[in-house]
Amino acid sequence: MKSLYDLVIIGAGPAGLAAAVAARDFGLSTLVLDEQQIPGGQIYRSIEKALTENTPVLGKDYFHGQKLVERFRQAGADYLPEATIWDLGRDLIVSCLVDNQARQIRARHILIAVGAMERPVPIPGWTLPGVMGAAAADILFKSCDMIPEGPVVLAGSGPLQLLVACRLIDNGVKVAGMVETNGFGDNLKALPHFPGALRVPHYLIKGLSMLWKVRQAGIPAFRNATNLRVEGDESAEALCFDARGKAQKIPAKTILLHEGVVPNLQLTRLLGCEHQWYEPQRYWKPVLDSWGQTSVNGISVAGDAGGVFGAKTAEAAGHLAAIDISSRLQALSAQEKASAAAPLLKERAREMSIRPFLDTVFPPGRQALVPPGNETLVCRCEELTAGQIREAVALGALSPGQVKAQTRAGMGPCQGRMCGLTVAEIIAASRQVPLAEVGHLRVRPPLKPITLGQLAKLEIAE
Amino acid sequence: MNVDTQFDVVVIGGGLQGCSVALHLAHEKKRVLIIERDSCGQHASGVNAGGLRRLNRLVEEIPLSMAAQKMWHDIESLVGSDCGFRPTGQVRIASNQEDLATLEERAQKTRLLGYRHEEMINAEALRKMVPAIGNRGVGALICRGDGFADPALTCLAFRLRAEDLGVTIRQGSGVSAIEKNNQNWRVYTGAHSFDAPTIVNCAGAWGDRIAAMAGDHSSLKKTALALMVTARLPHFIDPVIGHASRKLSFKQMSNGTLVIGGALKGILTENQKDTLIDFPQMKESAETVCSFFPFLKDLPVVRCWAGIEGMTPDKLPIIGPGKAGSGVFHAFGFSAHGYQLAPIIGRVMTDLICRGKTEFDLEAFRINRFLP
Amino acid sequence: MLKRLHENSDRKKVTINFEGVQIEVLAGETVAAAVLAAETDYTRTSAISGVHRAPYCQMGICFECLMEIDGVPNRQACMIEVREGMKVNRQHGARGLSDEVSV
Repeated sequence: MKSLYDLVIIGAGPAGLAAAVAARDFGLSTLVLDEQQIPGGQIYRSIEKALTENTPVLGKDYFHGQKLVERFRQAGADYLPEATIWDLGRDLIVSCLVDNQARQIRARHILIAVGAMERPVPIPGWTLPGVMGAAAADILFKSCDMIPEGPVVLAGSGPLQLLVACRLIDNGVKVAGMVETNGFGDNLKALPHFPGALRVPHYLIKGLSMLWKVRQAGIPAFRNATNLRVEGDESAEALCFDARGKAQKIPAKTILLHEGVVPNLQLTRLLGCEHQWYEPQRYWKPVLDSWGQTSVNGISVAGDAGGVFGAKTAEAAGHLAAIDISSRLQALSAQEKASAAAPLLKERAREMSIRPFLDTVFPPGRQALVPPGNETLVCRCEELTAGQIREAVALGALSPGQVKAQTRAGMGPCQGRMCGLTVAEIIAASRQVPLAEVGHLRVRPPLKPITLGQLAKLEIAE
Repeated sequence: MNVDTQFDVVVIGGGLQGCSVALHLAHEKKRVLIIERDSCGQHASGVNAGGLRRLNRLVEEIPLSMAAQKMWHDIESLVGSDCGFRPTGQVRIASNQEDLATLEERAQKTRLLGYRHEEMINAEALRKMVPAIGNRGVGALICRGDGFADPALTCLAFRLRAEDLGVTIRQGSGVSAIEKNNQNWRVYTGAHSFDAPTIVNCAGAWGDRIAAMAGDHSSLKKTALALMVTARLPHFIDPVIGHASRKLSFKQMSNGTLVIGGALKGILTENQKDTLIDFPQMKESAETVCSFFPFLKDLPVVRCWAGIEGMTPDKLPIIGPGKAGSGVFHAFGFSAHGYQLAPIIGRVMTDLICRGKTEFDLEAFRINRFLP
Repeated sequence: MLKRLHENSDRKKVTINFEGVQIEVLAGETVAAAVLAAETDYTRTSAISGVHRAPYCQMGICFECLMEIDGVPNRQACMIEVREGMKVNRQHGARGLSDEVSV
């Protein structure tokens, strides 16, 4: 462990790992900080300890990560797993918590590769035990060899929902329903993007085969579902919704919600990087140049944290960012930079060509964006409803920051990760202005809680 | 859209002082406009620690502070909300004989001035009042009836009451210039201008800029003051805690969180409109808190933030008229202890504007004390 | 709420204490997962209304998995792996202090 690195990479998913391997190739002293116990991120989660019994279900896209992790292990980058990042400044000092010790590390450049998170899906009853994100179920399968208790209902929209459905089927879990909030209209809207998607036919084939598997399994499927709510007393008992012109109810033990994934922006927001609104999936993402450099000097972003494009794109982006950073730190000439980057730029462009299609076929459901009823809980930590957020707006709150000050929405331990987007959407809808005008929650450190005792023992960077 | 442009008073700054002045003026049937550059209460007014303290106040401020405290105890009648006011008392702990001497000297000083609000207590009485202190305090200077309130709720309540009384509030655009035409001041903001014979400068940390526009020289330094707040914990302490010589300052809010402050410096960003947290400062504060209350070591800090405050060289606010006969009045530069004074400041400024006098001696707060 | 797919894999067994009961779990599992596999469906009660809550994201984002682990409250159970002898309790409401505080 050094106190100063050429490059500190935050996150050990595909982007971070690829960047670390490349940065080491170019001779940069490199440190990778990651919250998990072993490398892989969420997409290749626990890949080094995957059970052979699960190989067929995990599939070859997952095991693509194996080689990447191996290369990373041999690359000679310093690696701090189980590291919680709780502050990051424009002075390029990373504050983290490792093994109960708070410390600060200096970098000449920082690469943020913290990936994405599932978009929270605030529907009535979503806080009941038995309800979780679809990705959460996948993480449990990959990291703990566990599956949710059936019958399971999947609800929402997105390719991951389909993937999780297939994994449940393959693992013999009873899937009682596949309730999609998107529909045929979205298919039509996506049609113009179909030719672009044909550049990567293997994704389309994978998608079709997943659809086929769900259909073959005889799972009751609904599209254009609205008015979703989870019923249950102390835990989830059924998913209720409207579809095919009438009220539906599917009893279930586990309800998996999914409305796509959104970039994890805590770090770029904290740093005050410039962000832009991405309308098709209704999320913010940092403004990046083609190498991943943000508007803040010395800070780059690679992978889904810069916009959701998937694992392969992230890997290429991580590699590209490392090339750019190496050239900024004078470890690489302009010519070397150009020639190293050329194949990667091509590869990344090809990988990205599926996105306009996917992002249009699977738009986040309207209900998940702006809960129509007032009773839906929006801020899980402080237990605030959509009605309370609307009340604050009626009293003159114009922005998420003002709603936060008035209601405490976003002041709990999750720091607004779960309610930030929803609060902004509710304000925009109530004020009838574009979301970009409403803005976003200001992110305050520590990004993750740190105890007074840990803070008191902070090792300060000289 | 037709915009009213003639008012009796234009208040510049929609923080707590500005809203308090406006609502008091509105009670006198004045037509008032507040111009707020950002949003009401966005800076020091809404993000301060919420302490309501007469204890250890600069002696010049004591009369105002005493009157303000009376108003806090009946704040609901003023603004229709209790603003989260809790009269839990404030204590200033002594850890050794030297601290004790400092506090006793202070107590003596206020007693000689005829005040009775501060009182010394011994170690045993302190332990009774703050059991969690254990044997880490040898006595304290306390002020019963002091306490704290919720700054965000307070700003909201003051703004809503001002609006209810007919005050017009324009947010999101600052004052670019002011000029005098005969009896009227013309105040420019964005694409608009507004006229009024009287201007009140409540621009907080930016008050010196507004004062300069009106031809009044002042001296103000922007400072970022930081706080940290913890996760909720079961109720364990009533009064607001301070210390005679250490940077120890915290309170447990009604919702169970601890708000820890005590003149912790944050970092002002280059644009002077935003703040960053300086964790080495926070570390020091965490050390102090843990040394006095060791059982708090596992308590998570959930959030730190900093607000921007305007500090004068003598730490006393600027309160009173500007140049004679100009129609300009100032109330800014509260130097990190203006929150408690807000209710009375509204009344004082209203008295000055409507009656040309106030019962309080404002000599120490004159703006022209900074003239070279 | 959760089921292990391969109970009899060659992974090491670990014993933890959950709410005073010894339970056998598998090495490498997170505390959150291990507890949810032990026929329980909630891991905390909420800080304000005291209703049952369970982990939502399993990746350290939602803070629904806050539990008391080895006497320390407010720990993210989905981010921590089980260890032999670990003492795990549900977190009830607002918990800020370690164990019983003698003040």
